[in-house]
Amino acid sequence: MTAIVHHPSNSLLLDYAAGTLDEASSLLIATHLTLCPHCRAEVAAAEAIGGSLLDDLPAAPLRPGALDAVMARLAAPAEQPTLRKPQPSTWLPRPLTERLGGDDPSLWKWRWLGPGLADLPLVSDRNRPSARMVRLTPGTGLPPHDHGGRELTLVLRGAFGDRFGRFGRGDVEETYPDMHHEPVALEGEVCIGLVVTDARLRFDGFIARAMQTFTGV
Amino acid sequence: MNAHIQAIAATQDRSAFAALFSHYAPRVKAYLIRLGCPDGQAEELAQETMLAVWRKADRFDPAKAAAGTWIFTIARNLRIDQVRRERRPELDPDDPALVPAPAPEADLVLQAKQHHVLVQNALQALPPDQARVIALSFFEDKPHGEIAGELGLPLGTVKSRIRLAFARLRAALEQTS
Repeated sequence: MTAIVHHPSNSLLLDYAAGTLDEASSLLIATHLTLCPHCRAEVAAAEAIGGSLLDDLPAAPLRPGALDAVMARLAAPAEQPTLRKPQPSTWLPRPLTERLGGDDPSLWKWRWLGPGLADLPLVSDRNRPSARMVRLTPGTGLPPHDHGGRELTLVLRGAFGDRFGRFGRGDVEETYPDMHHEPVALEGEVCIGLVVTDARLRFDGFIARAMQTFTGV
Repeated sequence: MNAHIQAIAATQDRSAFAALFSHYAPRVKAYLIRLGCPDGQAEELAQETMLAVWRKADRFDPAKAAAGTWIFTIARNLRIDQVRRERRPELDPDDPALVPAPAPEADLVLQAKQHHVLVQNALQALPPDQARVIALSFFEDKPHGEIAGELGLPLGTVKSRIRLAFARLRAALEQTS
């Protein structure tokens, strides 16, 4: 496996560590962290900042008797969290295996968007960033577009390229308004990625815009 | 504080728990109030956080995080779960897909004890504009785009302050490792 070249910004990692990042973006970051020891260390450092700030906060006293109330509950048996652990996967990080129910892309419910292009919504909420899996066959590209907001793409399999570089497994592309690009899946494996957008993409052509109206991308 | 958590894990030491509680419960409550929780909810979640500290004490690893850092992550996750009603997507250290750190020096996680002091010193040494952006990141339930708007700064400025602060912090941590 080639090393990860493109990392998410410190700003995103800090938002994740602080717990203020939305669910869709957090899903992408947690998945990237599974693949990237470098960013795991950055998040650990950011969490240490959180711990240090917590230690320095002026105390807000609890109600009288709070300690006794909690002490009385210590003896109670801990309710075991009944987290349904999915079958572990060797290639798909667990944050995604949990959402998708398994790691076999041929069993996922892909939505056809055009020749060589399919997607699968994972987190969709009209007013919050959304997350979707996107599948591109080699040579297929997304129509040229820029963004009304931020777009994050994490590659899980295969690779794509655009004017910002080559993005392979574990790489994250972070694009902002007016960063115009035209990602194309590179030769080899089918490219599968996780894409998080906080606003609709702005496609250039008339047909592409019509397709957007139809699919809601 | 690390020793208190280890005493809870080893012998269910209630006096160690009381000591932890008196230091951390009021700080966790203050943290939640800063993030906009009403007093009653902050009180309840602070108590729940301390209860989770008792129950999860055996999972505390002082080589990975200081007590304050570990308790911060518990409070943070409880708030996301109970206030935002979201399940925080979290990496699983036992995931077979996890790519391990190639060499120890590539990993910034230090001995937590000195780490904690180092982080505190490094934070205090930050230029005020960088320190402010970092603190706001933890105490406002907003991503940086909105924090930038509030400070009347372009997002690029906020992001570069964060990048600079991280670089300084990392330099401070690496110096002594």
